[in-house]
Amino acid sequence: MLRNRVLLILIVAGLLASFGFAFVTHAPNRLVSGQPVSLIAAVDGTRLLALLPGVILLLGPFLPQRRTVHGVVAVSAMTFLVALWWLAGTSAASLAESASPAARTSLGAAFWMLFVCTALALIDAARRLGLSAAAGLLIGAAVGAAIALLGVSGALDQLSIVREYASQRDVFADAVTRHIVIVLAALVPTVILGVPLGILAHRRRRFAAGLFPILNIVQTIPSIALFGMLIAPLSGLATIFPGLAALGVSGIGLTPAIIALVLYSLLPIVRNMAEGLAGVPSAAIEAARGMGMSPRQVFWRVELPLALPVFLSGLRITVVQAVGLAAVAALIGAGGLGAIMFQGLFASALDLTLLGALPVILLAVMADAFLRLLTAYAERRPG
Amino acid sequence: MIELDRLSKRYGAVTAVDDVSVTIGKGEFFAVIGPSGSGKSTMLKMINRLIPWSAGSIRINGEDILRFRPEDLRRRMGYVIQSIGLFPHWTVERNVGTVLELLGWPRAKIRDRATELLGLLKLDPDRFRGKYPHQLSGGEQQRVGVARALAAGPDVLLMDEPFGALDPVTRSTLQTEIARIHRESGTTIIFVTHDMDEALKLASRVAILDHGRLVQTGTPLELLTAPATDFVRDFVGREDYGIKLLSVEAVASRLRAGEAVPGEPIAASASLREALSRMVTQGTDRLGVVDSDGRPLGALHLADLAR
Repeated sequence: MLRNRVLLILIVAGLLASFGFAFVTHAPNRLVSGQPVSLIAAVDGTRLLALLPGVILLLGPFLPQRRTVHGVVAVSAMTFLVALWWLAGTSAASLAESASPAARTSLGAAFWMLFVCTALALIDAARRLGLSAAAGLLIGAAVGAAIALLGVSGALDQLSIVREYASQRDVFADAVTRHIVIVLAALVPTVILGVPLGILAHRRRRFAAGLFPILNIVQTIPSIALFGMLIAPLSGLATIFPGLAALGVSGIGLTPAIIALVLYSLLPIVRNMAEGLAGVPSAAIEAARGMGMSPRQVFWRVELPLALPVFLSGLRITVVQAVGLAAVAALIGAGGLGAIMFQGLFASALDLTLLGALPVILLAVMADAFLRLLTAYAERRPG
Repeated sequence: MIELDRLSKRYGAVTAVDDVSVTIGKGEFFAVIGPSGSGKSTMLKMINRLIPWSAGSIRINGEDILRFRPEDLRRRMGYVIQSIGLFPHWTVERNVGTVLELLGWPRAKIRDRATELLGLLKLDPDRFRGKYPHQLSGGEQQRVGVARALAAGPDVLLMDEPFGALDPVTRSTLQTEIARIHRESGTTIIFVTHDMDEALKLASRVAILDHGRLVQTGTPLELLTAPATDFVRDFVGREDYGIKLLSVEAVASRLRAGEAVPGEPIAASASLREALSRMVTQGTDRLGVVDSDGRPLGALHLADLAR
């Protein structure tokens, strides 16, 4: 009997993908498209064992929905996420034995589908178990660490994406740092500007009525267009005021990237700050004033702490959005992981693109999880 | 002592409080009553300067309250509102200690005072101090609200329909508590309500407001026996007028001293209304009367209620 519809849908999607698409693809060099290798073909001998957690997952939808079952599903999903990488890595290794050094084995559609479906199954099981944000973070970190450990052990060395990483190691490390720097450099002015604007928008209705349409319009401008629009005025400024150019202001590079990111990031910060303040119970504010708190004390002791969870969820949206937009900023020479991504894209080297894109996703997911944790902490009240 | 002197509050063309003059003595339980929109809440909020007034003045112990910093003034006055307004992110103990924290009391002293106040409001300090407001019932929340208002031992307690949102049983219990606290502490209480029974039950003096004007001020008995206008008579209540009269007089006033009656006695301080209710439920026409220590004083006869 069917007892967990969500899990069943994920399993069906995963199964369809594993029979319909390539698990890995094998090509003689990195520029031509490869031959598909299905999951069945990739798995033989002892590697069959790696499918065991996947097989356990198949039973999940039909078992009674008890905590133990959710626990088994969660553990199987965690194991399977790691096993998928191990399977792909060892398949690549065995394919490499009989091929030239230029040959590449890339991860196929079936791999990605299985990975995503299993991750969703894990999230579903964690939700059914009622796990806290912290526990969820811990599980994610454990899976990530296990996959990283596989990488360090050399089991994934023959995968194309890892070979791209090996040849770009220094560039990659710089790109990650640069990416984080861009995001932080945009975030600091956004918060410094956005928090007072949000407070003002909450207190002055007419100011809010003027501000929000502008911020909303900024959000509707495609990011590439906004980056492009900043080139002319900024390079103009740098020409007129050589002092600015000496400070590093120019039409391309970091300056327009940060300005554009700040413009995009303002809306969620300002809006959530204002909404958070609007959500503070008016009775609490009246009581605070009636108790003899000064306006400053009312703000710091009552309004701000009560608005904090909503503000933090705005910050979370902003950070996740900025991590993604910073990748696009590579187009105007800001560097970062986007640079690797576009290099791969323009060279039709899919795995190089992935080498840029995957860490962007990972960074966004990690920032999201961390800020969720912070929000939950700010909201914590027993009971 | 609090004096309101020709106090008015106008919002544009609307006059919310119109030329009100009244003196509230130290230790009084002063109820301000009137229909919605009569300006009673506005009047109360001018006393702690939450609302500025348009004309007139307010003096406390002879000093114009404009001479104080509003924050200092408010810290000397307890404030209890209908919507309670506990701080949801603070524990019960920290809520109760709000004003003490503002006054810079050391933590240990705040804790002791909170323990004392929770006890006064009949909330077990060990069970309640660490709880958050959302974990309490409405009645418990307002007990904390009252404890918070009393924390700094205020000269005056301002209460804005404090029990209006509570269920009848909880409301009645809290009315009894606040009457007891008033008796024990001698704090001046200014109490806004739209419930005549509540005003009659609690107040030593009642002011009736209509459209911002003070229509009549007097003891509950004076309002019942000598209403100044038809509005007061209507407001005091026509149908159950007799019952209301009974509710403002004590059993002691109709006592037949020395007479002994078997059965469960009633306290001399209880209202005649309670006594009538007891007679009806017990199916009797006379009750024994005892003093607060339980010593028999005499008897109360049904016939005497209509005297």
